[in-house]
Amino acid sequence: MMIEDFWVLLTASLVASSCGFIGSFLVLRKMAMVGDAISHSVLLGIVLAFLLTQQLGGIAMFIGAALMGLFTTFVIQLLHQGGAQEDAAIGVTFTGLFALGVVLLSLYASNVHLDTEHVLFGEIAYVPWDILVWNGIELGPRAVWTVGGAFLLTLVVTGLFFKEFKLCAFDPAYALTLGIPVTLFHYVQMTLVSLTTVAAFDSVGAVLGVAMLIVPGATAYLLTDKLERMLLLSVVVGVLSAVLGYGFAVWLDVSISGAMASAAGFVFALAFLFSPRSGIIPTAWRRRRVLSGDGAEA
Amino acid sequence: MMEALRDLLTDANVRWVLIGTLLLGISSGLLGCFAMLRRRSLMGDVLAHTALPGVAVAFMLTQTKSVLPLLVGAVIAGLVSTACVDVITRYSRIKEDTAQGLVLTVFFGVGVVLLTHVARTGAAGQSGLNRFLFGQAASLIGNDVKVIAVAAVILTVLIVAFFKEFKLLAFDRGFGEGMGINMLALDRLLMLMVVVGVSIGLQAVGVVLMSSLLVTPAAAARYWTDRLEHMLLLAAAFGGVSGIVGTVVSLFGTRLATGPLIVLAATGLFVLSLIFGSRRGLLRKVLHQLRVRDRVARENLLRVLYETYETTGVDRGAEGFARHPVPETVLAVRMGLRPRTLRRVVRIAERFGWLTVQRAAGDPNVGRLIMLTNEGLAEAQQVTRRHRLWEMYLMYEADFAVDHVDRDADDIEHYLPPDVVEELERRLQMEGREPIVPPSVHPL
Repeated sequence: MMIEDFWVLLTASLVASSCGFIGSFLVLRKMAMVGDAISHSVLLGIVLAFLLTQQLGGIAMFIGAALMGLFTTFVIQLLHQGGAQEDAAIGVTFTGLFALGVVLLSLYASNVHLDTEHVLFGEIAYVPWDILVWNGIELGPRAVWTVGGAFLLTLVVTGLFFKEFKLCAFDPAYALTLGIPVTLFHYVQMTLVSLTTVAAFDSVGAVLGVAMLIVPGATAYLLTDKLERMLLLSVVVGVLSAVLGYGFAVWLDVSISGAMASAAGFVFALAFLFSPRSGIIPTAWRRRRVLSGDGAEA
Repeated sequence: MMEALRDLLTDANVRWVLIGTLLLGISSGLLGCFAMLRRRSLMGDVLAHTALPGVAVAFMLTQTKSVLPLLVGAVIAGLVSTACVDVITRYSRIKEDTAQGLVLTVFFGVGVVLLTHVARTGAAGQSGLNRFLFGQAASLIGNDVKVIAVAAVILTVLIVAFFKEFKLLAFDRGFGEGMGINMLALDRLLMLMVVVGVSIGLQAVGVVLMSSLLVTPAAAARYWTDRLEHMLLLAAAFGGVSGIVGTVVSLFGTRLATGPLIVLAATGLFVLSLIFGSRRGLLRKVLHQLRVRDRVARENLLRVLYETYETTGVDRGAEGFARHPVPETVLAVRMGLRPRTLRRVVRIAERFGWLTVQRAAGDPNVGRLIMLTNEGLAEAQQVTRRHRLWEMYLMYEADFAVDHVDRDADDIEHYLPPDVVEELERRLQMEGREPIVPPSVHPL
């Protein structure tokens, strides 16, 4: 294995872990499509940050994207409270913001490296050649640092407020009666989602970012009832999908991001069919045993 | 500029493109209404993405870029993906939104894999993908547009033909089943129509934004009406206008893709509806709230004045009681209002002719004095009576039919049966709290 493979795999694993981790909360809170919405509308944030600073990457882009992510959830919430159906609110908001982003991009920034294709697909294969240099020292691919940083931040914040996040995910009404500022934690979590997505976007593209935001969490959700275990499993599933997908992509010489997303779907299908707890096949088998009376003595 | 526009519109191909996007906007607006009412607004987003592997396979098999085979591929992929969402939500505890997101990303990932595979074998460039993603209606040629137009017309005709059935599906599925209509088949038909609608839209506005055409016009129409018929007409109009506006702008500023522009036009209409919508728009809500606030303050003022008269030792005899001026400061304290707010309420009540305002002569500390007019006193008596009847009602709530109550009601007689009102009045009299009005005010 060459060093480039290592960097690609490391980046993909970091993306999978960070997205899977924060995505688990989205799955639990029935906000998977909000994650999808954020991942689209951060494009506008990136474009606005670029137009303001005339600079790609860097802290400004992160801030722009994170703010736009927050803005998206805020608008969705407002429309929903104003009487719009939630699914409609999500659909209207992100498509509008995304379209604005695309138009601004092609109007003012069409000849920079930030073309729409890059934003949507990224190309994880180029990760090893975008090296972060600091004081003349090569520190490895930039993507590893941004995605790793976002993941670290997510871990620290989630670790600090684990109980609060847990309560807000499972019983927000009860959390409110305990005096936990549910709304504040909601927005904290959405900030983390935006940061994670934009880090993933920049290095691996939206396809893989959104896939890793939803699929590993959903897979882990099928495998366990405990939040702690679900978070851990989502990371494991994410990394597994990344490795599987990479092998597949190299073997067939196809898009790495696409292959990783497909692999995540494959792992989900396995869990859906064979999960000992709720998989289709074990359940059907148990039902048959009960019906045929074999389970009576068990 | 106008000249350029005229030139543009006389171009035969441009006219076809415009007709295509117009029909597309209309049909997706209509479909979107039903999708929204079935709480499936995001299916457009899902279907638009999941069409990619279908399109890629269709291209690999036929090696053409013409619309019809790609359309078939997209429809098949769309049907498979909706089946996946159904199966996942039915056979596991995963909720619909997660299932949608999951199917969307995985299918899209598979599509990207297939597409890069195609590109590697050299048959198609990235440009195909880009067009698929963002749409380029301007590049559509006659035949493609005809396919789109025909499909859009068929969808519209189907919606009109099955309007009653779809309406039942949206609002009262159980009743429809009771009537012997196969609601499951109808739901499937609607889903198939959405799949077809999205698949044809992909050509013009692209994957990423096709979902918008399905959601946004319908959501915008919702702010104007509560009636499905009106909502459908409005959504179709919004969709059609967005299609035309987006296409024309796109043909002008040649660098801009059609899809985002159509979406921006639709979003603009949505924002206008959100603000100015005559049924649920923000402006209407704010005005309504202000009106209610004013009315409540006005009625409180009248009641407080009335009760002040009542309690300041005036004889409750047959001749009623004399009206006398009350200092504004006293009212402010009793009503718990800031002086400036009270002053505004007083001004409005004065305009109604309910009270007169005088300056206290001689004593500068007293400030303004408020006195009810005869009409004001009659109104105050009514307000107080209503208020007390409601109080009575709430006190003895358990004794009466709760489901008749609307506490915002202004006239209790409109909401409670007469015998209940009689009973409440009897109780008021029993407790000696019935508002009395001097006979002179009732010149009946």
